[in-house]
Amino acid sequence: MSSTVLLTIVMLGTLGLLAAIILYFVARKFRVVEDPRIDTVTEALPGANCGGCGYTGCRAFAETLVKSTSFEGLNCPVGGAETMGKVAIILDRQPVAVEPKVAVVRCNGTPDNATRTSYYDGAVSCRVAHSLYGGQTGCQYGCLGCGDCVTACKFDAMYMDPVTQLPVILDDKCVACGACVKACPRSIIELRKRNKKDRKIYVSCVNKDKGGPARKACKVACIGCGKCVKVCPYEAITMENNLAFIDSFKCKLCRKCVGECPTGAILEIGFLVKESKPAEPADAAVN
Amino acid sequence: MLKTFPKGGIHPPENKLTADRPIVILPVPSQVTLPVSQHIGAPAVPVVEKGTAVKTGQVIAQAKGFVSTNIHSPVSGKVNKIDTVVDTTGYKQTAVVIDVEGDEWVETIDRSSALVREITLSPEQIIERCRQCGLVGMGGATFPTHIKLTVPAGKKCDMLIINGVECEPYLTSDHRLMLEKGAEVLTGISIIMKALGVDRAVIGIEANKPDAISHLTELAKAHMGITVQPLKVKYPQGGEKQLIKACTGREVPSGGLPVDVGVVVQNVGTAFAVYEAVQKNKPLIERIVTVTGKSVKNPGNFLVRIGTPVTALIEAAGGMPDDTGKIVNGGPMMGKALAMTDVPVTKGTSGIIMFPAGVSKRAEVLPCIRCGKCSSACAMGLEPWLISVLGQKGMFEKAEQEKITDCMECGACSYTCPAKRPLLDYIRLGKATVIRMARERVTK
Repeated sequence: MSSTVLLTIVMLGTLGLLAAIILYFVARKFRVVEDPRIDTVTEALPGANCGGCGYTGCRAFAETLVKSTSFEGLNCPVGGAETMGKVAIILDRQPVAVEPKVAVVRCNGTPDNATRTSYYDGAVSCRVAHSLYGGQTGCQYGCLGCGDCVTACKFDAMYMDPVTQLPVILDDKCVACGACVKACPRSIIELRKRNKKDRKIYVSCVNKDKGGPARKACKVACIGCGKCVKVCPYEAITMENNLAFIDSFKCKLCRKCVGECPTGAILEIGFLVKESKPAEPADAAVN
Repeated sequence: MLKTFPKGGIHPPENKLTADRPIVILPVPSQVTLPVSQHIGAPAVPVVEKGTAVKTGQVIAQAKGFVSTNIHSPVSGKVNKIDTVVDTTGYKQTAVVIDVEGDEWVETIDRSSALVREITLSPEQIIERCRQCGLVGMGGATFPTHIKLTVPAGKKCDMLIINGVECEPYLTSDHRLMLEKGAEVLTGISIIMKALGVDRAVIGIEANKPDAISHLTELAKAHMGITVQPLKVKYPQGGEKQLIKACTGREVPSGGLPVDVGVVVQNVGTAFAVYEAVQKNKPLIERIVTVTGKSVKNPGNFLVRIGTPVTALIEAAGGMPDDTGKIVNGGPMMGKALAMTDVPVTKGTSGIIMFPAGVSKRAEVLPCIRCGKCSSACAMGLEPWLISVLGQKGMFEKAEQEKITDCMECGACSYTCPAKRPLLDYIRLGKATVIRMARERVTK
């Protein structure tokens, strides 16, 4: 009886020792040397794996950061300056200042503005609809309204407005990772400079048609008249293919172009409405 | 004995409402619109300007590159404008708009209806004539005919298959053509045989067209090497690879062309167009369109000039029924819904079908229950449920391994799906992306 127990212990002990020796040599032979800073940098990154930096995930980005010699062109849009600052401390390098950005939907083709000419009945996917035809309105550049961008957003920063049938971006949640920009088959969404108080001035249209057809398809289309280009004191507005584009990094938010636009294609968002002051006492009187 | 292809297939209701309606020649409209891209390949380049006077049959847009073809004026008149218009694809593209004036034809075109059987041109001349006359596959895919007739070097073609299957429900234009222009079609087949240098041709016709089978069998006795092969009724028998399998038992390899197994397939409509081009020197300026639908007052088969607005066709069929919910350009299985009726008939318009609102609406999409119906319906032996999801999720490398490019987009999977999943929608998306990726790989 006792000899059986003893034999078992000796047998297993020998086997274990043998395995340990083999494992020791195998582990030495196939050891992967990894920079320990990669782990530290990965921990400093947000861990959303959104791909907004252009790499497959936070770890891949961390590897690139450690290998790189400068931060030029490398930025985590989610964490922004704060995260990049932490990474800079870990890697003992100078952080490069990057302007924070925010995604903006450049289409205002609500059912009121752009009349529906047909009804799409296929698979609920913008990419599918885009491959099939011009869309439910006369505008073949505008939003298709199936919400591919909303599905792509990993930060709950977008939703489809049931009334306007357009996607809405929640500025406080948007981290400018660019997933929606890639998801949109019509390149409507753009990453623009994030201004103070989330103020925005932009051309909310991507229609490249000439004035007549563009206006016929949508009331608030950019007709390419060029008035905004002339009025802009900062040369921030360019006109290409009958479409005005405001460079958000040159724009100083002077709002001169907004009043000039004959169709109302240029939107101003986040500014105080001038008429709001006299409206207040009227409200108070009613109450 | 009736033959068919072995794998998959479905039996949708035939609804051939217009099978006994003779072809009606539609009057020339007052204005025609001719998109420069009516074929697969590079768009043609307009060679006329605003105000140019054109004759019927005159080239108005020149082929650009090898995979491209000429576009001719189907009417005589004056070019009104060259502008962008919405065509049947739903997107805007360049088109030549011509106002009709008078009825002047290019002198070299033989306008008589007398049958010319003797083939005087050499094979090279026949192919060149097809190129000059802007011929494309009339079945709907609109692939330039001259390329299909040019057998690639190193390949050998030993037989021609003529597609008279018309397996799409509702459509009857090929059926009527075989009945009314049988002799011309057969001469056209002889011409194609000469161009390819083959001595054997088989006309595949489904058994639901017994009159066409007996008519062509009778006429074929006068032609060397042409036989008629009756086929079981099964969709998608009109698919090139399915038709080859059904008629000859040969299987085109994955990613291959029919010529890899020594076969070239042409549609009966193309055979007729070849006849007109070679024997009458008449370019492709008109085609037969089936206008149909269950509530349509006067459905029929109409011979129209290319560029005629679809509205004129609908008018000829007794107007659009009030209950119309969807208008489909082409057959109900593979056709595409029109976003607007103000589009021109192009070389590939085989039918205009007006569906009542109740029928046309897609049902609510439910989750896949892995029943495998789509896999058993797929005539290419693919797994539609899988490649559809791969397309939807953007897993294109995996989709390529699963042979998504072998899909011919017949729609049998979507038709058979009990959960009403939009399988083909996502497969198309995946297929287009995979093809684009493969092309980028080649250029890199």
